[in-house]
Amino acid sequence: MMQRFIGFVRKEFSHIVRDRRTAAILFGMPVLQLLLFGFAIKNEISEIRVGILDHSHDLVTQELTDKLLSSGTFVATATLSNEREAGEAFASGRVNEVVVFEPAFGDRLLRDGHAGLQLLTDGSDPNVSRIVAGYTTSVVREYLREKGLAASGIEAVPLMMFNPGLKSVYLFVPGLMAMILMLVSALMTSISITREKESGTMELLLVSSLRPVQIIIGKVVPYLVLAFVNVITVVALAFFVFGVPCRGSILLLFLESLLFILTALSLGLLISTITSSQQVAMMISLAGLLLPTVLLSGFIFPIASMPWPLQAISNLIPARWYLVIVRGVMLKGAGIAVLWKETLILVVMTALYLTFSVRKFSERLQ
Amino acid sequence: MPEQVIHTDKLTKRFGTFTAVDGISFSVRPGEIFGFLGANGAGKTTAMKMLTGLLIPSGGLATVAGFDVYREPESIKRSIGYMSQRFSLYDDLTPRENIRFFGGIYGLASKELREKCDRMLERLDLKGVADTRLAALPLGWKQKLAFSVALLHEPKLVFLDEPTGGVDPVTRRRFWDLIYQAASGGVTVFVTTHYMDEAEYCDRVSIMVDGRIAALDSPEELKRRYDAETMNDVFISLARPARRSE
Repeated sequence: MMQRFIGFVRKEFSHIVRDRRTAAILFGMPVLQLLLFGFAIKNEISEIRVGILDHSHDLVTQELTDKLLSSGTFVATATLSNEREAGEAFASGRVNEVVVFEPAFGDRLLRDGHAGLQLLTDGSDPNVSRIVAGYTTSVVREYLREKGLAASGIEAVPLMMFNPGLKSVYLFVPGLMAMILMLVSALMTSISITREKESGTMELLLVSSLRPVQIIIGKVVPYLVLAFVNVITVVALAFFVFGVPCRGSILLLFLESLLFILTALSLGLLISTITSSQQVAMMISLAGLLLPTVLLSGFIFPIASMPWPLQAISNLIPARWYLVIVRGVMLKGAGIAVLWKETLILVVMTALYLTFSVRKFSERLQ
Repeated sequence: MPEQVIHTDKLTKRFGTFTAVDGISFSVRPGEIFGFLGANGAGKTTAMKMLTGLLIPSGGLATVAGFDVYREPESIKRSIGYMSQRFSLYDDLTPRENIRFFGGIYGLASKELREKCDRMLERLDLKGVADTRLAALPLGWKQKLAFSVALLHEPKLVFLDEPTGGVDPVTRRRFWDLIYQAASGGVTVFVTTHYMDEAEYCDRVSIMVDGRIAALDSPEELKRRYDAETMNDVFISLARPARRSE
């Protein structure tokens, strides 16, 4: 019995490896996606062109300017002498930001304990300007801390917790994992089963003495293994290339990922039991699973800012819960004591889908 | 009297209020080529699924290869061969891999399987392409292979479900040579087809209309009885009054 089963699994692997394009997608996609999201679509800015407008010219403003420019992100592209020049520098795109020191900046800071620092940012790109202001504020704060001074009257942009560098890759990694696992597990499984239906080989399998349950497991095991390899790839890449830490237990992360893979696999099975063509299976997987995973799981758009009907729908999307888990474990170092609710939801979802699809699969035989 | 390979008595399958197969009774003798004909929707596929252990009947009796369809569907599956439409095997696997896979799921031991595989490749003259993917092989070769794979575990009875659907006449003719070869070796062949010229090749044919068997006899006898030139005319005169069609 075991030998037959192993033969079946081996055949499944052959299908995957033989189909070069599929294999390339399966192994190349996680790497490509992560690099794409990590480098190309990143939200942070690697170089901020800054102009300095110093009305004070004292030791403190000099130190602050040096600190800003030596932090690595800021490049001085303009030294300005009045507000009008600042306006021109923005218009020509020479600067993203102008830092304005008020007259007698150093004296007021040392004597009164607060001084006015104005951060002019390019409002035509609110996203960039928010980030730029955040960077600058954190440099100023650091300066004040080093000097042992109290936080001064500078408009403070809140520092993003767990992500001091405002690194978007931190936010993308969990979402990307959910997306890739959904794609590999659900899409690939449903396609591989419907392909056998289309080619007529499913009949051959059913007429053989393999039991339906063995066929299902044989179909699913290779994708389980592949998806797990993808998890390891993404986590390793995130760590070594982008320095995304795993602050919690890596074992827990892997176990939870395994659970999510099972959820996705059972969804893939479900799709393949209700359709009989590869095209339909692909459409359902893409429109019904992948799109919601990207748009409604909180991967790109925060759930809190969605209208309530979409918030309600997002509860039904497994990736939503998986995202909470991955962010919790990787970025916040959370354990199962915190994440048991999300885990339980995934377990229940998986059990439901699995029961339903196995029953549906055998129903065809009645 | 030799034991019948297939025997059914008032075999029935209902789906809700719809009776797909309505009390069919027939027997298939050892070593014969039995043609199972019928228009689309006549109930052929349903009947065949019951005989291959894929569907549990709603009523009536049936034994296949000596096993009861209700109690022993797994034993039936083990003792029959099956080939579905268009010689389907895995196109992305090689002939050798296809043989090994299907031999494997039929529970052949790996040593025996390896020998069988080599012998089969030799006999089919496929040694040279044993490790070429099936997709690159001509249809005639795939056909030989698919049929041999269905007979790999040496069943006494083989079901062929529209094996030549959508295939050109020359290829079909060659496939029938394979069927004759197997039958002369003692294998009973149960075949469904839409091609009436193929019906002529069978020892006996049954024609299903609206879930019932409307006629069952040798092609010669049927043509005589319905005063027809060809099996095609016999089929049309029987199937035309059908109430249901797809």
